[in-house]
Parts: sequence; structure tokens; C-alpha cells
Amino acid sequence: MPGDIVIEARGLTKRYGEKLAVDQVDFEVAAGEIVGILGPNGSGKTTTILMLLGLTEPTSGQATVAGFDPLRDPLEVKRRVGYLPDQIGFYENMSARENLAYTGRLAGLSRREIDERFLAALDRVGLGNVGHQRVTTYSQGMRQRLGLAEILMKRPSVAVLDEPTTALDPHSTQEFLDMIRGLKADGTAVLLSSHHLDQVQSVCDRVALFNRGRIALSGTVTELAARVLGGGYVIDVEANGADVPARLAAIPGVVRVQPLGGDRYRVDGQRDLRADLARQLAQNAELTGIYFAAPSLNEVYARYFSEARDAVE
Amino acid sequence: MQSSRHGSPWTGLGTVVAKETADHLSSARMRILEALVLLVAIYAAYMATSQIRATIGESPFLFLRLLTMTQDLLPLSLIGLLGFLIPLVAIALAFDSINGEFNRRTMSRVLAQPIYRDALLLGKFLGGLLSLSIALLSLWLLVIGLGLLRLGLPPSTEEMVRMLGFLVATIAYGGVWLALALLFSVLFRAPATAALAALGTWLLFSLFWSLITPIVTSLIAGPPEGVLGPRLEYLNTEQIIDRLAPNTLYAETALALLQPATRALGPVLLSQLQGAVLGAPLPVTQSFVLIWPQLTGLVATTILIFAIAYVLFQRQEIRA
Repeated sequence: MPGDIVIEARGLTKRYGEKLAVDQVDFEVAAGEIVGILGPNGSGKTTTILMLLGLTEPTSGQATVAGFDPLRDPLEVKRRVGYLPDQIGFYENMSARENLAYTGRLAGLSRREIDERFLAALDRVGLGNVGHQRVTTYSQGMRQRLGLAEILMKRPSVAVLDEPTTALDPHSTQEFLDMIRGLKADGTAVLLSSHHLDQVQSVCDRVALFNRGRIALSGTVTELAARVLGGGYVIDVEANGADVPARLAAIPGVVRVQPLGGDRYRVDGQRDLRADLARQLAQNAELTGIYFAAPSLNEVYARYFSEARDAVE
Repeated sequence: MQSSRHGSPWTGLGTVVAKETADHLSSARMRILEALVLLVAIYAAYMATSQIRATIGESPFLFLRLLTMTQDLLPLSLIGLLGFLIPLVAIALAFDSINGEFNRRTMSRVLAQPIYRDALLLGKFLGGLLSLSIALLSLWLLVIGLGLLRLGLPPSTEEMVRMLGFLVATIAYGGVWLALALLFSVLFRAPATAALAALGTWLLFSLFWSLITPIVTSLIAGPPEGVLGPRLEYLNTEQIIDRLAPNTLYAETALALLQPATRALGPVLLSQLQGAVLGAPLPVTQSFVLIWPQLTGLVATTILIFAIAYVLFQRQEIRA
């Protein structure tokens, strides 16, 4: 389904006084694609999101969201974008239904549309039987779900989720990620900002890594791993014998060998090296296991920022 | 940079007004204030009717005296009480309107909907004004009803017109304080600070302004008394400074509307009184001409304060 570009940013820049919060950011997102935005706090993620929504004005640069310029046509953009802010709040003394009816009417939905969509949206986020309750009685996790229900009601072509899983327990997190995949299945483009790298890795098609207001890296996790770790293919090897690390490192195409403890080693390779590894080890060592380890975004992230810090110091 | 934006700034205004009004009318805060105003107003009206019954026949405008009469026990007339209490109600309605949205973290969610900030701010103001108007209208009807019951005679058409004008002026006066509280709610992130700032302004104008005025006036215009008596320059300056307070504008408006014999609101020279029949009431239209600047001043102050709040709100960053 990925096809039409629904978010396009060109040279987006935001300056707060002397401080450059976002610096020349370019990226695009296609319909039905989930793009993860990563980066430390204060690296410009939320500011970029707010500029895309037309909630803050870029100092320079251009963006097109769902076919409109957020600066000149903020209403048209906001009609087509659902936004889940990082710290979500509701009117406490109103019921979930009243809260969603209010934003629904602001979004231009008719009473009938709100009635029709409300129950379906609540069912989809698993709040079907508590919609009449006041939001005061809701836990933080339920509020996050309610925020997602608001987006579902709007049926947007773009959904922007800022740290949606921060306050969730592991089980709810999995459910929440499934709901995000559901948005993708609807053909909605999803922009997901998060600090939980494994979650990002499990749902996102592509990721963009923010550092100091710039996009430092972007692409699929495998592409990022290839750039940062030197090889996009990570292979775990279990072998018992002399000089296993040295032998592994000697194989052409191996970028790095890392002992994992015991007889286990992690090998970063430029391509699928499993056959080469097996051949090399079979002669001198006892090979008990060899399997693909998907490159972990955690590793990419940790390595990139430790290198970036070294470069600065 | 492109500054023109498309789409109407009023998109969603009706929805915001309806929500705000519903919130106010169902809030405990509003009920407490209504009860307070109601008790005070009924007491004042009751005492006034008792006194009018005792001294009946003094004035052709009995009904209006309901609002202007003072008693020994309560040295304030009904309009004096309203002038004192309405700011309190207006402040209570608006002091947490904008900062409350930030603190509840609903601001970004609401502004992510297809509306401009204009609609949110104006909607909050109009919602507050509508709630205030509803409360004042019921109070007004109640006092008239009480007057009918206790005095046993209906108000004349002229009295009704004057009282309607008074109601409009009261709402305009409430609007000033509503706009002021709204401004403070944009300015201060903590609702308590905003409330305190607004209440401070209220105390300044309702209690201390009359004490400050003579001091400032003598600084600007010199001593109040000249060789031949009071100096006109001093009186004029004093009046200008006095009228900077919305309370003064409101009190003058109410006075001229409800005491038809009022023919001037400033110092009058003896020569200007030549040929005047003292104590004779002015026609309604002339009373309105008399208070027109005051009423315009109240509305203009409201618009000015709202405009400042608007500019500040537009410049605010949405992320808290």
C-alpha cells in the first residue's frame, strides 16, 4: 500500500532565539507507512512534529502534509491529521464520550458521525464498556487509549503519535502497538516518536534518528545497522574451540566479532555469512549453533550516540 | 515569509462557546457565586422595598429607586453591590480559562483540531460572557419580580427601558473584568497567580482608587482649592483619573440611567444651570446621550484588553 507521499519536509528549521532547535530537516512519509522518530530529549523531535501540524511556525523551510502547507492552510492539515501529544490530558469532569464529542465537533464531524464512530473507536482500543465514565476514573494507560480512539474517530490520513507508550505496562504496550499496526492497515501514515527502541523496531518500516536538531540517520533498521555497525547482518555463533574469535575475524566480510560470554560470539557481517562461518569453523572447532540475530536498534542507537559523543569530545 | 493563512478564524467558535457555557453553568463555582450575588441582591432589594413603602409618593420613578436606594444597615445600594460583586464573578469565571487548558494538557489536543487559536480564545470569552449574562438576566428579572410583589405596581415603559439599559451596562462592565481575567490567564501559567493578579486589580479599583485619585490629581493639577474656591482644572483632572477605573464608568452609567434627574456627570458651572428646572427628570434618550461615552468606554476597554490577550496568546508556544 505504501505509495503517495503524505508528509514531506524540506529544510525545516526552527530557531528559538539563539538556539537552533531544528536544523534543516528533510524527510518524507508515504501513505500506509510507519516511520519512527528517535533521538535524545531535546533533539528536536517534538518541535518537528509541531511544525508539521502547524502548531508552531518554522523559522524557514517548507512542509507539505496531506497535500497542504501547515503554515498557510493549518485547518486543512489539521482536518487530515490525528495527533496524540506526549502528555495527553482530558477534561476530567466530562465522560470519555463527551470529551471525544467535543474534539469531534471541533474536527467538523456531525452529531451522527460522532455517534456512529464513537463506539467503534472505543471498541477498537478496548474501552468499549467504560465510555460513559468520567475521565477522572481513568488510568494513564486508559487515557492513552482514549487519545488513540480520538484519532480513530477522526479517520485521518496521517497520525502523529508522540511517545504513546511511555505510561503503559508491557501487556498494554503490545496491544497498543497492534492498534498502531491497525492504523497502518487502514492506509494511514504513522509518525511515531518514542524512546522505546525495541517497540519502534517492531512496528516501524523506517526510522529517522534525530541528534541536535538534525536527522543524523534515516532508513530501515537494517540500513541503519549497515551504516553504524558497519554490517547489516548480525549472526550469533556458538562454537567451542581455540582461537574462535580470531578465526571468525579473519573471514572476509566480517566487520566485528563480539564475545557474548561462554562459547557464544556475535558477528557483524556485510552480507549473509552463515555458510562461510560454518565452513571456517567446522574444520577447527566444535560448532553447536549458528543463527541470524536481527540487528537491534538498541545497539545501533547506543553505538551511534557513543560515537557522536566521542566525535564532539 | 508567507503570513497569509487560509480558512475562517471562526471555525469551531460555536462549539467552543457552547462547551464553555455548559461548563460554567454546571460548575459548582458558578453556583456558589450565583448564590452569593442572589442573597445580597435579594436582601438589598427587600430592604429597599420596605423603605419605599414607608416613604411612598416621593418619586415618580419608584421602581428605579429599588436599585439605587441605600439603607442604614447596608450603606450600599443594589447597583453599588453589583459594581462590587460582578468583577468577582467575572474573575472567577475566567481566571483559569487558558492556563487551565495548559495545566490539564488539553491545549495541544484541542488545537490539533481544525480550529485557529482565535476561535478558542474568543469562544472562551463569549462563553464566559454568555454565562454571566444569563446569571445577570435572571437576577434582574428576580429583582423586578420582587419589586412587583412588594410594591404592588408595575414599572412604567420608561422605567423598563432604563432598567434594560442598566442591564446592558452591567453586562458590559462584567465584560471588562472577564477580559482582564482572561488576559491574566494567558499571562500566568499558574491559575492561583492569575486569580491573585485579577483580584488585586479588582481591589485596587474598588477600594483604593478613590484614595489614590486625589494624590495623583494634586501632583498633576496642583492644589484643589484656589483663592476663589474649588479649581475647575483640578476637578477636571480628578475626573479623568477617576474615570480610568471601570468601576467609576459603571457607577456613572448606572446613576444617570436609574436617577433620571441626573443631568450631568462632571462638574457643572453655575452659569450652565441657568433656566434649568432642578430635580426635573431627563427624557430617556437624553439620559442615554449622557452615558454614551461611559458605555463606549467600557466596551472599548473590553476590546483593548481582549486584543492584548489575543496577541500574547498567539505568540505563546503550545508545548508546555
